[in-house]
Amino acid sequence: MKAKIIVTPKKAVLDPQGKTVQNALEHMGYHGIGDVHVGKYLEIELAGVDKEAWRKQIDDACHKILSNPVIEDYRFEIEE
Amino acid sequence: MNFAVLQFPASNCDQDALHVLKNVLGHSARFVWHKDNSLAGFDAVIIPGGFSYGDYLRTGAIARFSPIMQAVQAFAAQGGPVLGICNGFQILCEAGLLPGALIRNRSLQFRCEHILLKAATNDSPFTNKIPAAKILRIPIAHGEGCYFAGDETMEQLKAGGQILWQYTNAAGELTEDSNPNGSLGNIAGICNQARNVAGLMPHPERASEPILGSADGRLIFESLISWLETKAQARAN
Repeated sequence: MKAKIIVTPKKAVLDPQGKTVQNALEHMGYHGIGDVHVGKYLEIELAGVDKEAWRKQIDDACHKILSNPVIEDYRFEIEE
Repeated sequence: MNFAVLQFPASNCDQDALHVLKNVLGHSARFVWHKDNSLAGFDAVIIPGGFSYGDYLRTGAIARFSPIMQAVQAFAAQGGPVLGICNGFQILCEAGLLPGALIRNRSLQFRCEHILLKAATNDSPFTNKIPAAKILRIPIAHGEGCYFAGDETMEQLKAGGQILWQYTNAAGELTEDSNPNGSLGNIAGICNQARNVAGLMPHPERASEPILGSADGRLIFESLISWLETKAQARAN
């Protein structure tokens, strides 16, 4: 199994990277570009077949280390 | 006094911190490796700057799980003073010993220069020797020094006098131009509610001797030493 995790900056947090990418896209002539948020993507290989058990563990790991709840949100899926 | 200077893989201001405490200020100081798990016999802990664990994942995120950080948690819980400088500040925030977080500088640039700051209060172990109107000239060197906290935390910091240092101009005003990284409230450093754990982005250990262009950073170490000596004296009486 595999966990696919996406970590993004919270809406209230200043995201200068997103802003810079947004500006670049606009300068390149892409029209209709809105807010851009730059986050992180993690893939973790998981042993065994107990999807629900992994869901709990990955959620715990996301909360403790893979994201910082002060500045980031996360979401993930477990793929078989 | 006896200082512990923590060493993580890729700490790089550890030698400077030890030098200031030992050779400039004449106190006892020793390195403590991140895999050690005891701080027995130390009066204060310095978490120096650097790029612990290559800043992987987030600055300070991996270092906070080092064995020595368990000892730092216990040391702090007993009221022992802990000062985090730059990456040390980031580690203390990640560890939850200080509120908020340090994120990418608003400019996205790594800033390495002398800046000006002032102590927002002298009521702390880390600022008691800093004169109220004194503008300190101390270098910064960081890419992730923008202090961020939620509205509720910011209110708590203000109400509790936990903001210890703020970036200012030469007149002591909190202006946007004098804020090198976009920190909320021009915050350069804060302390916890109990006031014994503090962190700041500027490097006082790089500004503690006139030959380095400024000795203003000494005032921060001297504050801590004075606080420790007063406490030791009270215990002796």
